[in-house]
Amino acid sequence: MKTRRDFIKISALGLGATAVTAGAAKAVLGSSLFGDDSGNESEILRRVPTYCEVCFWKCAAWAHVTEDGNIKKITGNDDDPQCNGRLCPRGTGGVGMYNDPDRLKTPLMRVTKDGKQTYREASWDEALGFIATKMSDLKAKYGPESMALFMHGGPAPHFSHLMKAYGTGNLAAPSFAQCRGARDVGFEATFGESVSSPEVTDIRDTRCLVLIGSHIGENMHNGQVQEMSQAIDNGAVIITVDPRLSTAASKSKFWLPIKPSTDIALLLSWIHVLIYDELYNKDYVETYAEGFEELKAHVKPFTPEWAYGITTLKPDLIRTTAREMANAAPSVIIHPGRHAAWYGDDVQRSRSIAILNALLGSWGNRGGLFFKEGIKIPEFPHAEFPKPAWTWKDLLNGKYPLANEAPTNLVIESSIPAEGKEAKIKGWIVAGTNLIASVPMREQLSKAFQSLELVVVVDTMPMEITGYADVVLPECTYLERYDDIRATAHREPTLALRMPAVGPKNQTKPAWWITKQLGERLGLGAFYNYKDFSEVLDWQLKQVGSSLEEMKRIGVKKIPRKTPPYIEAGTIHTFKTASGKIQLFSHEMAAAGFDPMPVFTQHPEPQEGFYRLIYGRAPMHTFSRTANNANLVALMPENSVWISPRVAGIWGIKKDQYVWLKNQDGVVSKFPVKVRLTERIRWDSVYIVHGFGHHHEPLHLANGRGVNDTELITNVMLDPIMGGTGMRGNFVTFLTKDPGKEAEA
Amino acid sequence: MRYAMAIDTKKCVGCSDCVVACQTENNVPIGFCRDWVTETVDGTYPNVSIELRSERCNHCDNSPCVRCCPTGASHFEDGGIVLVTHNKCIGCGACIESCPYEARYSHPDGYVDKCTFCIHRVRKGENPACVSVCPTSCMYFGDLDDPNSEIVNVLKNRKFKALAPEAGTKPNIFYLT
Repeated sequence: MKTRRDFIKISALGLGATAVTAGAAKAVLGSSLFGDDSGNESEILRRVPTYCEVCFWKCAAWAHVTEDGNIKKITGNDDDPQCNGRLCPRGTGGVGMYNDPDRLKTPLMRVTKDGKQTYREASWDEALGFIATKMSDLKAKYGPESMALFMHGGPAPHFSHLMKAYGTGNLAAPSFAQCRGARDVGFEATFGESVSSPEVTDIRDTRCLVLIGSHIGENMHNGQVQEMSQAIDNGAVIITVDPRLSTAASKSKFWLPIKPSTDIALLLSWIHVLIYDELYNKDYVETYAEGFEELKAHVKPFTPEWAYGITTLKPDLIRTTAREMANAAPSVIIHPGRHAAWYGDDVQRSRSIAILNALLGSWGNRGGLFFKEGIKIPEFPHAEFPKPAWTWKDLLNGKYPLANEAPTNLVIESSIPAEGKEAKIKGWIVAGTNLIASVPMREQLSKAFQSLELVVVVDTMPMEITGYADVVLPECTYLERYDDIRATAHREPTLALRMPAVGPKNQTKPAWWITKQLGERLGLGAFYNYKDFSEVLDWQLKQVGSSLEEMKRIGVKKIPRKTPPYIEAGTIHTFKTASGKIQLFSHEMAAAGFDPMPVFTQHPEPQEGFYRLIYGRAPMHTFSRTANNANLVALMPENSVWISPRVAGIWGIKKDQYVWLKNQDGVVSKFPVKVRLTERIRWDSVYIVHGFGHHHEPLHLANGRGVNDTELITNVMLDPIMGGTGMRGNFVTFLTKDPGKEAEA
Repeated sequence: MRYAMAIDTKKCVGCSDCVVACQTENNVPIGFCRDWVTETVDGTYPNVSIELRSERCNHCDNSPCVRCCPTGASHFEDGGIVLVTHNKCIGCGACIESCPYEARYSHPDGYVDKCTFCIHRVRKGENPACVSVCPTSCMYFGDLDDPNSEIVNVLKNRKFKALAPEAGTKPNIFYLT
């Protein structure tokens, strides 16, 4: 098929293919250690402050640089409460991101050569000039609102600033609709604010931690992993609800091996037990909550016996665990989780979790959820942003009334012309997010790529998304750049600095430089009143009582709290809802036409021979971001499909055998996946770790390894409340023979 | 002075940070490792339990690797740390065969390599890299002869086991269970 925008693999150009073996770094560092009896020789290392970019937790760290300018290792900053001097494997392995021989090296521009689309290397000047001209054209033709930004991580604030200066408000991040959005909206509807990031969970001091599908320890949300370990030391009761014996479940006093998709039934029955056995925190509810009587009447039928038939969890177990929570209250956390885009009723599930926390009185009490405090970093002076004539909110047409960030799926759909109507969005900048793997909308994405007039991709790696770009801009890694100050709001406000440990490799550039250059070419110089980003940081830091000079020395600065983290005796806290009270019954939801209190909805179940596809994380990877990182690939080169031995028995599937997965819509996985037979998974489900199965040769280590769950997630269950893309309603079966050409289609 | 390590299996999440930290600290070539993580699963669904263990050289008191080394490259340092002097090692591999823990590997540069308890850090009063990085703080390193050390304290107060006790090597890595 002839298309306007063919997918181009960067490796075809021989650009990313220079074979540097992973061991090469060692030769540079010298291997004369242990040559004598002394055991080791000391290397002289210079340490430079940074904060990690391998995941969103942003642990403050030190990059240790050798005399000849190589990064030997990265260690945590002892003064950072987000990591306490201990990075996770991905942060420790962050050096693999810097050393990756497959990194993007130079700007690339799409050209047609002999009738075939390909990339050619370009200078920054040419690439930026092209983008600026195109963006100016789009602005003249359709208005600046026709540009959209997809973003994640370090480059996000720089590109947001550029896009706001340019005049568009269409800024979307997969972290909302594909991840934590439903959780945040559910908590906002209940408590008036979200649990934030890093979450305000007081795990360190809790007496009871309840995890519902949240697999701390496999997700290495560092501070939480550390605190869960402290909670274990303190003898806290851990209750884990998961169809899989997760690592956390294995450390729990109670594991509730729930039937997938029935979580709300369990949550409602817990609420029922707390209320009807009078175990809830009466003083707290009376003082802080509204709608208790409505809730009580609402949950009357949801007994543990009712839930048993749905969840397969014994009524006794439901009652016992509810009592454990009540015994610990208010020092108890029903953990809000993070990735919440499961079944399309995810805001309601999050509401149930929030309501449980409210009944137990956890928010505002030690060992529950604390009040965060942060410090606001003032914006470096710039011209006033223009007001866009319209934003993504105007594209909703009554859908997703509680969406308070742009759902990526909405922006993608708005980039496709429909029924003879022009698409509203005409150009994209994609910065630091591989939409191909993060958004389960293959078909819509490819339609959008056919009609968009400009696609710019900014990344450090040749991820799949780069193949759709008109221009690819190579960003340097976090170890080679300045970024915004990390200003964390948590138990105490902290600041952390990211600065270059070494100069950028090849022709790569930091996002602040790329956006400033683009801005100036777009005539937006009034938004960039500085020469170097270090001036911005120094100015900002001086506004909050520090300086760049100080932060270069210490990396992290803690600021004393001004307000108490918990409700103080004799005081009444005002929650951030409209009435100042916790909303057990949500008038906001009712007004928007949704259930004011959560109800359980039966979700589709797998047909015979199919198993529910559950996905999750491994501690040594951050999805695609680390899939090509040699240090981390060495720990886990591919994912495997977890299958119950009794299911495997039916199929005659053996341990370590490779199988293809086929989903309910007939989609077959591109690559086969290794079978892991384990008693840790239910017989009605299979489990895989997300972020593998890349089909992109430029990623030499990641390409062809494992299976990509996103390609099998063709049934997306949209949350009508905020547009979240529920992804757990997909079912797979096994193909033991190579489906060959069928799979190619 | 007797160096030892205790690892709390109740806290270890098997993240393998110890492996990466060792790799960057000690320039272990990618594809090899001086420490690693194992998982054992017991029982049938839903009555299942798992044990995660970070494993490495046990720095045994009765070390078959030291005894079998033809050149004296494998030897004891102060505190019972077992080391390999790389330029004395001829790479014969006898030690690799003798170790019941499979803790040694042939380095591409021609010698046998393994965990050193990060002796270069320990001599400076620091913990081994794996211990200092562990997000769950599940590892304790110290001197068994020091009654006030944290490791002696945890071993006094917790149940523990060693691996392959039947080999009679008198290992110095203990797993709290």
